[in-house]
Amino acid sequence: MQPVIDVQGAVKRYGQGDSSIYALAGVDLTIQPGEYVAIMGPSGSGKSTLMNIMGALDNMTAGKYFLDGIEISSMNENELSIVRGRKIGFIFQSFNLIPRTTALANVELPLAYQGIKSAERRMRATKALEVVGLADRMQHEPTELSGGQQQRVAVARALATRPSLLLADEPTGALDSKSTADLLDLFDQINAAGRTVVVITHEAEVSERAKRVIRMRDGKIVGDTMNSGRVA
Amino acid sequence: MSILEIIRFAFRGLSINRLRTFLTTLGIMIGVMSVIVLIAVGNGSSKAVQQSLDRLGTNSIQVRSGSGGFGVRARSVANNTKPLTVADTVALIDPVQAPDIKQAAPVMNANATCVNGTSTSTPSTFSGSWPSYFEASNTSIAKGVYFSNDDVTQARRVAVIGNTTATELFGTDNPIGQTIRCGGIPFTIIGTTTIKGSTGFQDGDSLFLAPITAVQNSLTGYQPLSSIIVEAKSAKTTDAAQAEIQTILDERHKVKTSSSRDYRLFNQATLLATSSSSSKVFTVLLGVVAGISLLVGGIGITNIMLVTVVERTREIGIRKAIGAPKRAILSQFLIEATILSLVGGALGVIGGFVGSHFQIVGVKPVIVPSSVFLAFGVSVLIGLFFGGYPASRAASLRPIEALRYE
Repeated sequence: MQPVIDVQGAVKRYGQGDSSIYALAGVDLTIQPGEYVAIMGPSGSGKSTLMNIMGALDNMTAGKYFLDGIEISSMNENELSIVRGRKIGFIFQSFNLIPRTTALANVELPLAYQGIKSAERRMRATKALEVVGLADRMQHEPTELSGGQQQRVAVARALATRPSLLLADEPTGALDSKSTADLLDLFDQINAAGRTVVVITHEAEVSERAKRVIRMRDGKIVGDTMNSGRVA
Repeated sequence: MSILEIIRFAFRGLSINRLRTFLTTLGIMIGVMSVIVLIAVGNGSSKAVQQSLDRLGTNSIQVRSGSGGFGVRARSVANNTKPLTVADTVALIDPVQAPDIKQAAPVMNANATCVNGTSTSTPSTFSGSWPSYFEASNTSIAKGVYFSNDDVTQARRVAVIGNTTATELFGTDNPIGQTIRCGGIPFTIIGTTTIKGSTGFQDGDSLFLAPITAVQNSLTGYQPLSSIIVEAKSAKTTDAAQAEIQTILDERHKVKTSSSRDYRLFNQATLLATSSSSSKVFTVLLGVVAGISLLVGGIGITNIMLVTVVERTREIGIRKAIGAPKRAILSQFLIEATILSLVGGALGVIGGFVGSHFQIVGVKPVIVPSSVFLAFGVSVLIGLFFGGYPASRAASLRPIEALRYE
């Protein structure tokens, strides 16, 4: 089976010469369709950098990255914007909703950039918001929503484009425990529907839900284990 | 995604940041408006000066008593200045000695308030002269007739008045044939002059003209003339006419050197040159002030645009992260900037046109078309550049850099 993610020898270096720092010091990672992966590690371990590269938000110093068999690392900016819009749904710790814009308009935005017509856009965005349980909050602006609700809007936005891959960078970092539980249930549900989910976290509560846990330290993968308790 | 969609995004972007939109538009508007109005004021004042001089005629020369310069008059009187007389005037009308002089007229100024029933008016020009004064001073009759040489000989108390004086005394009634009292003396109105308009310094229609003999008999007595107005045959012969005046008057007044002349000549051409150069300085000055206000307006626009970069850069990062192509982002922000500058510029032009309808410190502004294009063009370019440039820079960043931008 063709992997969703195939990262080969990823290197990310900041700075030049002696003072340069390696955020990624040669990472190889393969993720198969339908997997639910948690990436863990202390701050500075390079997990966020890896995530940004997988999300096509950042570039690598060296190495290759294939998404669904297509090489991303050699694409130009214009091609990358299409990949970001169609293949990847990205969820940030700080939600990153467009301010002073309703939940519905936020979810519609990526669809608009894909050139989807207004009527279909509205329908798909509404459906995505129903999936995350915010059907009654569609006309609310981000400031009128709780953190948990905002993050669910972000999930709806990521899902509306029907991406093959859902990437979440510390999605529960700014949430209370109730909202965290709700969000993790949502991730289970999304994964159960067959979508690949990759989550960065340093909370055990989050990684326990994943089927596979990858541990990073100093820009390298130091552990890659299956969560036996969850495999069933 | 379609251009219509991007335009909708731009309008949404503008409506989200209402205060920013308002301030930017206001900045552009004030910049454009002040340039248009200030240059119009400068232009209007120079136009007014020119008009008032044109009205006097470029081939007329005024002879006044005194030896030149301000405040010297008293001293020259003490130094045995010979007054200007009617005889001097007659001497100037000499086809042999003064072939370039068409005609000359003595002028006797007075200060008097005219009364008609309960209405009063004090003409700013109240003069007695000869009929040739009308042509020499470029004054024509709108209604009625000029006073005649016969009126002068007979010292008839008839008068021609300007429009302002007529309105003040008679309102909308026809003044011809009516009798008014000026300084207690009755005068019969026989004509009104065509409207000259304000000169910016003096109302050219606040005017009362009567035969010189009537004014002397009843109001001023036989004191020296206020001035003599001389008309050269053409604008080209003004200089020759001026030389002839000097020859004749030097002889009559026993003047030996040109520095000891007891009279002064005012040529409209030289007045025109002086005043148009001074009004040019005025216009340039106003232009500089206007330029500074446009610059300040431009800096204001730049400032507002730059201050929002942090907020907008994050937003651009978010948009890029969810798949917005650079082209869509750039178009949206450029359209936003275009709308802001065009609307601000258009409002400024409207404001400029409206503002130019009002008299500003006694000057009626006259809009210079090139200033409208200049002001509009400059502010729109500033708006476009400083609205578009940061956005284009942000749109070229990798999403993660834009998201981290502080």
